[in-house]
Amino acid sequence: MNSRLIDSMAKVVGKAAVLYTPEDLAVYSYDGTFAEGQPDLVVLPGTTEQVSQVVALAAQTRLPLIPRGMGSGLAAGSIPIPGGGIVLCLSRMNHILEIDTINATVSAEAGVVTADLQNEVEKHGLFYPPDPSSIRHSTIGGNIACNAGGPRCLKYGVTGDYVLGLTVVLADGRILKTGGKPIKDVTGYDLNALFTGSEGTLGLITEALLRLVAKPLYARTALAEFVSLEDASQAVNALLSAGIVPATLELMDQTAIICIEEAMHLGLPTDVEASLLIEADGADQQTVEREIETCYRICQEKGAHAVKIAETETERGKLWKARRSISPSLARKAPNKLGEDITVPRSAIPEVIRRLRAISASYGLPIVIFGHAGDGNLHPNILFDKRQPEQWAKVEQMVGEIFAASLALGGTLSGEHGVGMLKQPYLEKALGSTSIELQKKIKSALDPMNILNPGKIFPN
Amino acid sequence: MVNNLQIAEFMDQTTGIEKPAESSYLNCIRCGLCLAVCPTYREYLKETASPRGRVALARKGLDGQLELTPNLIEQMYGCFACMACNELCPVGIRPADLALSMRHVQEQLHPTLWKQALFSGMIPRPGRMEAAVLPLRLYQMLGIRRLIYALGLNRILPNKIRDLEAMLPRIPQRPLRQTLPGVTEARGESRYRVGFFLGCAQNLLFSEESAAAVRVLARNGCTVITPRNAVCCGMPARGYGRLDLVKSQAMHNIALFEQSQVDIIVTDCATCGSTLKEYGTFLSNDAQWAARAAAFSSKVRDVSEFLAEIPIERPQGRLETRVTYHDPCHLRRAQKIWQQPRSLMGLINGLELIELPEADWCCGSAGSQLITHYETSTRVLDRKMENLAGTQAQVVASGCPGCQMQLLSGARRRELPIRVVHPVTLLDEAYEASYE
Repeated sequence: MNSRLIDSMAKVVGKAAVLYTPEDLAVYSYDGTFAEGQPDLVVLPGTTEQVSQVVALAAQTRLPLIPRGMGSGLAAGSIPIPGGGIVLCLSRMNHILEIDTINATVSAEAGVVTADLQNEVEKHGLFYPPDPSSIRHSTIGGNIACNAGGPRCLKYGVTGDYVLGLTVVLADGRILKTGGKPIKDVTGYDLNALFTGSEGTLGLITEALLRLVAKPLYARTALAEFVSLEDASQAVNALLSAGIVPATLELMDQTAIICIEEAMHLGLPTDVEASLLIEADGADQQTVEREIETCYRICQEKGAHAVKIAETETERGKLWKARRSISPSLARKAPNKLGEDITVPRSAIPEVIRRLRAISASYGLPIVIFGHAGDGNLHPNILFDKRQPEQWAKVEQMVGEIFAASLALGGTLSGEHGVGMLKQPYLEKALGSTSIELQKKIKSALDPMNILNPGKIFPN
Repeated sequence: MVNNLQIAEFMDQTTGIEKPAESSYLNCIRCGLCLAVCPTYREYLKETASPRGRVALARKGLDGQLELTPNLIEQMYGCFACMACNELCPVGIRPADLALSMRHVQEQLHPTLWKQALFSGMIPRPGRMEAAVLPLRLYQMLGIRRLIYALGLNRILPNKIRDLEAMLPRIPQRPLRQTLPGVTEARGESRYRVGFFLGCAQNLLFSEESAAAVRVLARNGCTVITPRNAVCCGMPARGYGRLDLVKSQAMHNIALFEQSQVDIIVTDCATCGSTLKEYGTFLSNDAQWAARAAAFSSKVRDVSEFLAEIPIERPQGRLETRVTYHDPCHLRRAQKIWQQPRSLMGLINGLELIELPEADWCCGSAGSQLITHYETSTRVLDRKMENLAGTQAQVVASGCPGCQMQLLSGARRRELPIRVVHPVTLLDEAYEASYE
């Protein structure tokens, strides 16, 4: 990297915030996947104004900018493509700017850790519901850029449902403010929706104004064990048709449970094919109790082998800890895992599970199934060893079949991780050429020089 | 549970270098969970200062993708070894241990002379250590320290010197090793024959605390044997990559305590305790020593751990004071001891125990980080002091000399009137109060 650019970047963000040693570049070359791509430079701006100046400098040299937060993404969306570029890491922009208790909003910089934001607003009796499993190691900016989901989204909706306004640095360095505190706003196009989930390809989100709701006062959590995975998936639909909306309805299959048990020793049942983690929450204790009891009854009717309702906060914490640690625990089984996040209409859950198991059986590699069954969003994880070429070849074919199964059942490629680089080969099948053409036009309108996270979503 | 630490190192036959095993880094899935709990990441918000970053660098360094440059090794020294990442990692990677192993790799490839002098010639020799502390003792005894404080000269010292000076507790007139009897008889019937491992910092700087710990043990039926020729547990050498010296110090201490024929080996230093409990692991590949080391380690207890295991006398005296407790990493994470000191203090009448927010977050001491990584260390310390100030406690208890010195420095830096003390010293005071 030429030293003139380093100097000019240092003038904008300060010397300590420009990184270029081989060691620094090596650790900014990955995210939460196995993919890697080395940047030429890493810049950590501290303000929107600095981001704007960094973008202006990059635009002069036409160097790609790759936005990044805590690097926990699961689609290789925040790592450089071959040819490098500048990683623009927003982790230092971690200030909560305002909590407005009357309008129930919070304004925060992009680098605020999602769990920190939740804790702060909860001190004011408010609640920010989106809860990706990475809440403690992902940032608001990244959550918005990928429109992150999470277990609670069944009842509360996804990240995008909470975005009221954004501060976005555009490809030429201009600073755009979208939306605002009004809850209703149809003045012009909905630019919040345009930037949400755009994976840093249309603009760089530096601040967000988020809608909050009242903090639920009561929550009850149950774990239902099923001898057959089929029964568990039937129970999901029965629960959702019963006139209640649980906050959470999570499915974990046997391999997932075994992995958690090996990692955490929580005393979960390892001899059943599937468990459902169900949570009801709300402002009224009796309603919450009634809902969890309804869930209890339905699970039993659908053949649950046992249903336990957590009696204490510690027990509830244990169940949640289990759920959150599934994905990383899988690494105990194999050196590599590839976790997808296909989403199908919930009526298709039993069928998609049948097809996933068939794919696993025909290739002879395990697919662990867990996820947000309530909203049809499943995480089939293929376990493998990348050092064995024949396994890697199988994995690539299996991924294709998993996506094909989802699309055939009216589903989609990704519910919450995004496309990044990993899902590009399947994009056309999912969206069709007209949609892709239109989306590329939007991209070139906003980023004519193609410097904002190039090579993500669409092949470069 | 004896010990949760595992040093997965093996001898690479082609190079003759002891290295971390592939399993200790290969399966890192880079999820990033560890970033949330790492004190250095949370201060700098840079991947290079994170556990995941250190694992990536170790991996690339070991498989040849990166050179083991001074900068790469510096990232390994940047780790405070608080082990929060070890405890959290669902995959079972131990990034903090890996950072220590990498320091060891480096020392084998490029040994540093001053480390040889310090960790071999000085630290394991109690006599030389005592001589080295003499200037500090004179500094205090001749009244220079009082004078500096009285004239406010400490305020005009450069920050780093001022904060280092402030780490010093009131230095005892003589090292405890010279005054503590080889055998302290139990008060009343002797029920346990306990070996007391007197650590360097306790001997030289916190003598009164160790004297108090021995009194508490004796009061509760222990005949306490304190071998005078014990040498440094080995943690400083381990921290600086000299696992070879740790092993030779371990052998010396193992043989010494074998002679004392004790049932149990107690220490009041969190760091010594965690290291002594690791002797079995360090020497597991040594045919001659493996069994002896394992037997030694299985006898080791932190003083609070041991007192919680045996029936003890309830103190009759009262300590009307508001106390909070800071968890030393070497107790909470390395030894899983956190309830015991709290319940011991809970026995004291009048004592109000306030839970410290983030009690198990590293204080930034990490042995010598205040000296070697001053800026990071003080930033981590400031977070601790902020939490401490919020409790409005008059006393902060912590069973680790490293933490105590760091907290002393933090309290003076912030001009926070708070006493820093070992929890067992409070127990001793409650006993003595009832005696009066």
